[in-house]
Amino acid sequence: MSNATAVTDASFEADVLNSDETILVDFWAEWCGPCRAVSPILDQIASEHSDKIKIVKLNVDDNPQTAMKYQITSIPAMKVYRAGEVVKTVIGAKPKPALEADLADFLA
Amino acid sequence: MRQVIIIGSGPAGYTAAIYAGRAGLAPLVVASSVEAGGELMKTTEIENFPGFPDGLQGPDLMFKMQEQAEKFGAEVLLDDVVGLELDGDVKKVTLGSGAVEEALTVIFATGSAYRKLGVEGEERLSGRGVSWCATCDGFFFKQKEIAVVGGGDSAMEEATFLTRFATKVYVIHRKDTLRASKIMQDRAFDNEKIEFLWNKEVTEITGDEKAAGVTLTDTVDGSTSHLDLEGLFIAIGNDPRVHLVHGQLNLTTDGTVAVEGRSSKTNLPGVFAAGDVIDITYRQAITAAGSGTVAALDAEHYLAGLDKTLLDQALGEQPVEPVTVSA
Repeated sequence: MSNATAVTDASFEADVLNSDETILVDFWAEWCGPCRAVSPILDQIASEHSDKIKIVKLNVDDNPQTAMKYQITSIPAMKVYRAGEVVKTVIGAKPKPALEADLADFLA
Repeated sequence: MRQVIIIGSGPAGYTAAIYAGRAGLAPLVVASSVEAGGELMKTTEIENFPGFPDGLQGPDLMFKMQEQAEKFGAEVLLDDVVGLELDGDVKKVTLGSGAVEEALTVIFATGSAYRKLGVEGEERLSGRGVSWCATCDGFFFKQKEIAVVGGGDSAMEEATFLTRFATKVYVIHRKDTLRASKIMQDRAFDNEKIEFLWNKEVTEITGDEKAAGVTLTDTVDGSTSHLDLEGLFIAIGNDPRVHLVHGQLNLTTDGTVAVEGRSSKTNLPGVFAAGDVIDITYRQAITAAGSGTVAALDAEHYLAGLDKTLLDQALGEQPVEPVTVSA
């Protein structure tokens, strides 16, 4: 399974919104097949670019408040946060090169 | 070099891998990086796959097929095919990683992709209330009013599934009869949360940040109307996934890969096709599995008829020494 740190409704503000780092939040659920497929790809991206971006995951079943606040209607949804703001949203499982292209601004 | 490379990992791809594996062909299955297991990974309960009277979950069936293929020596690679060279004795398959794999035969079983409506708002609101996967996204529509577009089995299945979450599910269909099987129709008709909108076509999806509604055009009198919705699930069919073989393999007028009679043989020697990529009519897990079997047997037969030096090359450039039997 994934190596990414789990964040929760309770920890979201401290871990994501108030962080100095660029953080990608992977919104996922156990029952979501495509989420399971994209998880190891995100792990690879995280380890290859650990100086640029931190990747965490939020289980939408266990943390409905945050999922609702960010209007998640489709998962996997990957949102990049900088200084408390969403600066990029990627929806759906994609092959690694496509994800890297979507996230290019944050990995370079 | 390999003897067989199988592209695709749905019921056709994995069944071909089971047969090719048992025939000792050590197939490589290029399963896709994010869609391994194919379309059944997005379904829930499967009730019509023979041998499972209590039904089973789509992903469970696919994991079992993968396990069975691997048990007989198939290698499953979670990568995508980005390029194919199918002519000549040795086929070249370029992967997303940049690696190039070579094989004497290729079984092409890439299945099909969701058809889009092609209307204003669809692309923009995709993932923002517009979805092609009820089992993935239905959860987010608790206590909401939503709609399913389509009249086939998958549309009925999605509509019925979505009533677990939504307060109301409209089924929008451009005709006044359904293509769906009787049992799926009856389930939908019996469900109080489902309302059918007949002879209606979605001609626009509205909303700024999220889907907020649809414009419907009546297919009989041409009148238009607006329907407020918070979600729209599109289940209007699939198109064979053939972009990798355009210009190399002959296609039918339906857009499927053309094969010879009931076989899996394409216009190129050593290239076989199976599953939904050759079938827009039946499109069942079990017919795809049967089609995968045909492809594996055709590939096996083709390999048996090949020049021995080519086969030796595929088996690692190590010609088998004649066995000397001592007296």
